[in-house]
Formats: sequence, C-alpha cells, structure tokens
Amino acid sequence: MNELSKLSATQVAQPLAAVPALPSLPSLLQGWRTVFVQEMRIAFRRPGHTLAALMFFVMVVSLFPLGVGPEPALLRRMAAGVVWVAALLACMLSLSRLFADDWQDGTLESLLLAAYPLPLLVLAKLAAHWCSSVLLLVLISPVLALQFDLSASATGVLFVSLLLGTPVLSLVGAIGAALTVGLRGAGMLMSLLTLPLLVPVLIFGAGAVDAHQADLGAGAHFSVLCALLLLALVAAPAVVAAALRIAVE
Amino acid sequence: MSAALVLHQVACVRGGRPLFGGLSLQWQPGQLLRVKGANGAGKTSLLRVLCGLLTPADGQVLWRGQPLASQREALGQSLVYLGHAAALKDELSPLENLQLACQLAGRRLAPGPALQALAHAGLRGFERRPVRSLSQGQRRRSALARLELASQAPLWVLDEPFNALDTAAVAWLEQLLHTHLARGGQVALTSHQSDLLAGVAEQVVNL
Amino acid sequence: MNSIFYFAAPQRFYPLAGRLIPGLWLAAALLGVFGLYLGLVRAPVDAQQGQAYRIIFVHVPAAWMSMLIYLAMAGWAGVGLVFNSRLASMMACALAPTGAIMTFLALWTGALWGKPTWGTWWVWDARLTSELVLLFLYVGFMALHGAIEDVRRADRAAGLLALVGVVNVPIIYFSVKWWNTLHQGASISPSGVSMATPMLVGMLVMTLAFWAYCIAAALMRVRFIILAREQHTGWVQKTLEAP
Repeated sequence: MNELSKLSATQVAQPLAAVPALPSLPSLLQGWRTVFVQEMRIAFRRPGHTLAALMFFVMVVSLFPLGVGPEPALLRRMAAGVVWVAALLACMLSLSRLFADDWQDGTLESLLLAAYPLPLLVLAKLAAHWCSSVLLLVLISPVLALQFDLSASATGVLFVSLLLGTPVLSLVGAIGAALTVGLRGAGMLMSLLTLPLLVPVLIFGAGAVDAHQADLGAGAHFSVLCALLLLALVAAPAVVAAALRIAVE
Repeated sequence: MSAALVLHQVACVRGGRPLFGGLSLQWQPGQLLRVKGANGAGKTSLLRVLCGLLTPADGQVLWRGQPLASQREALGQSLVYLGHAAALKDELSPLENLQLACQLAGRRLAPGPALQALAHAGLRGFERRPVRSLSQGQRRRSALARLELASQAPLWVLDEPFNALDTAAVAWLEQLLHTHLARGGQVALTSHQSDLLAGVAEQVVNL
Repeated sequence: MNSIFYFAAPQRFYPLAGRLIPGLWLAAALLGVFGLYLGLVRAPVDAQQGQAYRIIFVHVPAAWMSMLIYLAMAGWAGVGLVFNSRLASMMACALAPTGAIMTFLALWTGALWGKPTWGTWWVWDARLTSELVLLFLYVGFMALHGAIEDVRRADRAAGLLALVGVVNVPIIYFSVKWWNTLHQGASISPSGVSMATPMLVGMLVMTLAFWAYCIAAALMRVRFIILAREQHTGWVQKTLEAP
C-alpha cells in the first residue's frame, strides 16, 4: 500500500518543454513487428478460434461429394471450384471477427491512436491473421484434394493458387470486416459485402486448376492472381484504415 | 508555435441529436481541463474529439497550429487516452499489455520499469497472469499503470479515471496527475467527483 | 462557383428538386411512349431471333442505367465522404434503390430473352453475370447503410463501400468475361445482335426515357430522405404543416 503513493524522484524533476521536442520517428518496421508479434501471441493462446475455421473448411469440402455423388470424373472437375468456394467461406467466417474483439475491449482505439500509420498496423494484423489461420487452410488443401482424386500436378497448382489468392481474400475481407465492426449480424453482412468483390479471385484461382487440367498452363492465371495481390496490398490497408476510423466514431 | 490544443467552434452530433455546439477552448500545457455535465451530455464525445477519434460535425480542432488529422503519428507519441474500456487484451498479461501500449506509442519498454509501474498500481504478483483472470478493479489499475510510464507524453485524456478505485488508488492517481501537471503536461478528464485535484490551474467546461 | 454550393444545403435543394420532378416525369413518359413505338412497331423483325429480340429495348437501357447509376451513386458518395456533405450522401442513398431496380429489371428481361432464344432461363454470359454481381453490390450498399444506426456513420461507411465497389466493377467484368470465354457455353449471347439503325434509334430513345425516369425517381426519393433526416429543423416542420 505504501508503494502506491511513492514515486521515484526523477519522475518529478524532469519538466516537459513548452513545445515538446519529439523523439525521432520510430522505424516503421518496429511498429509492424510489435503488432505482428502480439497478434501471433494472442492467436496461439486462443487456438480454438483458428481451428474452428479449419474444421469448417474441411467439413464444407467433404459435404460436396455427399451432395453430388462419388463419380470420380465429376469430382475431379469440381475439385478446384469446391475447394476455392470453401476457402472463401471459411476465410469470411474467420475474418468477420478480425476487429470485433479489438472493438469490444477497446484496443482498436489504441491502434487508431498509435504513433505509427494505421495502414501499416492493419497490414501487420492481417499478416498475423493470415499466418495463424488462413495458412493452415492452404496447407491442408492438398490433403482435401485427395478426396477428389486430383492429380499431383493439379494439386500443386491448386496449392499455389490458394497461396497467392488467400492473401487477397484476407485483404479484401478485412475491408468488409472493418466496415461492419460492432454491428449486429456483422458476420452475415460482412460476407454479403465482400463476396461480390472476391469474384475475380475465385475465377482466376479455380480457373488456374482448370486451365492446368485442360493442358493450357496456369501461368496466365498466376500472373493475374499476382497482379490482384499487388493491387490489394497497395490499396486495401489504406481503405481498411479509413473504414476503421469511420467505425470508431 | 504553442503546444496548446485548440477547439474552434466545435459542434458534436450523436445519433441525430445535437450534443453541443459553438464550443471554443484552448487547452494549455500545465492546465487541467475538467469536463462536467450530466450523463449523456457529451463528455465522452468531447474527450474523443480532443483525441481525434471523433470528427466534430462542425468546427476545427488544432494542435500546434495544425489540424489533428494531419499529425496523427505525432499525436500518437504525445497523447495517452484512457477511455471507459480498459483497452487490455484478455489473453495477454498486464505486463505484456503495458509493453504493447508503450510500443504502440513509439517507446520501447524494458520489463523493469513496467513491473515497477504495475507494482505501484497495486498489481504486484499479478503482472504475468492473463488479464482474463483479473477483477474489474485490477484491470482498471492495470490500464492506469500506463500513466506512470507516460511521462514523455504531454497530453493525457482520461475518461472517468477515478471510477471503481479504492481510496489508496485514488490517492495514487491524484499524485500522478499532480506530478504530470507540475512538469508542464496537460490533463483532460471527466469525473463525477469535483473535490479531487483541487488547487491546480484548471479550466472547466460545462456541457 | 457560388451557385453550385448554394444548392448544397438540403433546405434549398428540396424546392429545386420539387420543381424539376414533374418535367422529368413528362419527359420520361413521352420518350418512353415514343421509344416503345419505335421499338415495337417501327423496328424490323430480326433475322435470327424473330420478335423475341424486341425485349432489348427494355433490357439494354436498363442495363446501361444500372451501371450509370452505380457510377453516379459512387460519385455522390465520394463527394459526401470528401466534403462531408450531407446532401451528397443523401443523394447516394436515394440512387441505390433505383439502381437496384434497374439491375433487377435487366436480369429479368435477360432471362425472358433467353427462354425463347436459346431455351434456358439463365445463361452465364459475361454481361448477365456481371449484372448479377452488380445487384449484389447494390444490395450490399443498402444493407450496410440500413444496419448502422448513426446516419452519418452509415453514410460514410456505405460511401466507402461504394467507392471500393466502383473500382472493382471493371475488374469483376473483365474477369467474368475471361471466365466466360474459357468455358464456351451458349453459342448465342445477348450481345450477338447486329444493330440496324431504327433499332439503334429506338434503343437510344428508350435509354433517354429510362434516364429521365431514374432521375425523377431519385429526386423524389431524396426529397423523402431530406424530410426524414432534417425533421428536427424548423423549415421541415413548416413544410409538413403546410396543407
């Protein structure tokens, strides 16, 4: 109890300048790393959350053969589309809660009041989310491709298409998540807003596998996916930052 | 170039209802800004306008002569905002939360000073437990421990900081605020208790 | 300079809109009748598709309007965001339902065209699929705006969404086009009609009619929105009380 009223002498003796001389702007990398490390730490301490999206993904993919029948040729044709749509839905599920917890406990405002540009911190948060949740989906996709009797090379193309495309899903999905943060029914609404915007990614992602299976080569599709990824990397964080500022008002 | 934060003819509207309008004030260094008013009068909104979290419906907010929106990173280094919510991540410990808060404000924090601040806040022995396991009062004090380490940030904006604190903690917080004002910092707060922090240079805003 | 911003206040725009609406309805009605006459009576029968093709006189103008309105909506939403203008955001909200109706109409007439022409109610061609996605974008805009309680926050959030959508629409259109050429499905697409001059003129007249209708509908709706949002002001209460 005594400690409560005792303060060190040095704290009292340092007066602040009338116009505070600010320290040099901390390196942007430092800020990025701070948020990234903390988000990863939180994700590891709350594994149930990340595993739920993974299980959802696996279940949705497994439901399709039950719905359309086990004929191998049909399943082989469907595989890319099914895996991609399931990945889309699982990502939407996972992303809808991206900012919800931060909004609830007030730490979202800490991000907005940080000494670093908000788009940078948003990018760090998204990177951590992708590494902790979405990457698992991508890594398990070859196993799911086995259910559909996809050839090894086609599975490889599917894997790469997911690797390139899921970051775009995260980036664009974050826009939806930021716009709907704190609203009732935010999960559904966020998916409604974001899925139309993700149509190109779906088309080129699943199309890559189809093109490969038709012996046309997936190179062009990968190029477009890369272009979409670059566009999203450049544009999305700023839009998410703007949406968060609007949401917090 | 004054370090004052200036509000010029600021109006605020929430949920279609106008809260206040034509508000002009200058919040100077070394000054306590006390915001008073009934519940729902817009005290929290005014504090959020000071931080730049809320854009006023009308009027300007200037800091160091420039609009707030153009200086967000500088403001982030110079401002500490403690709102109603404790702004703590449940999965992290008070120590980690404190380090995160300081790093977001641009300052590296070694564990030593952080642990000392938490001890002063009455959380000795609880520093490394997840915040989820702490009581409301302990969470509040964990958030307030930030102030002990925020000596370099001149602007302190506190929304009902004395809420849910016992007498010893109230005394501790008062001491912190007195010290900060004495060294030239500025504090804006809302509080239902007007007997606290008597005898400082202050400006009162009644909403 | 002064005159444009003069009407940026809802109070002054309200009577202006009121004066424009009757003229626009009249223009829409006249042009519509004339356009339908050109389309249904004067334009020749198409060699390939017979009488069924005549639905393009509704389908194509509706599709054009749906895209034009999305652009206008996003434009006004952008102005509302950047200049913090209440009226601009209200205009964007007023345009959204009209745009959605145009999109819906384009989709339905597309389906009605499809059935007699190549036997299916729906064909996954690039334009129809893009129209479908555009409908989702409109619905998303309206849903987001409706879900947020604070009107100004709703305006800003939905405005940001509209701007993101407007950037995405070309990307979506081209990706769907690519997808369509890759999966060569229907042999005849709705775009495969060669245009003779009377058909073209008829379509242009119908487009102008739709344009006048859409502006009239949007202006009527924005007047309602102005009254609803500004109901606490004196001028609105006087307007509502007047017989």
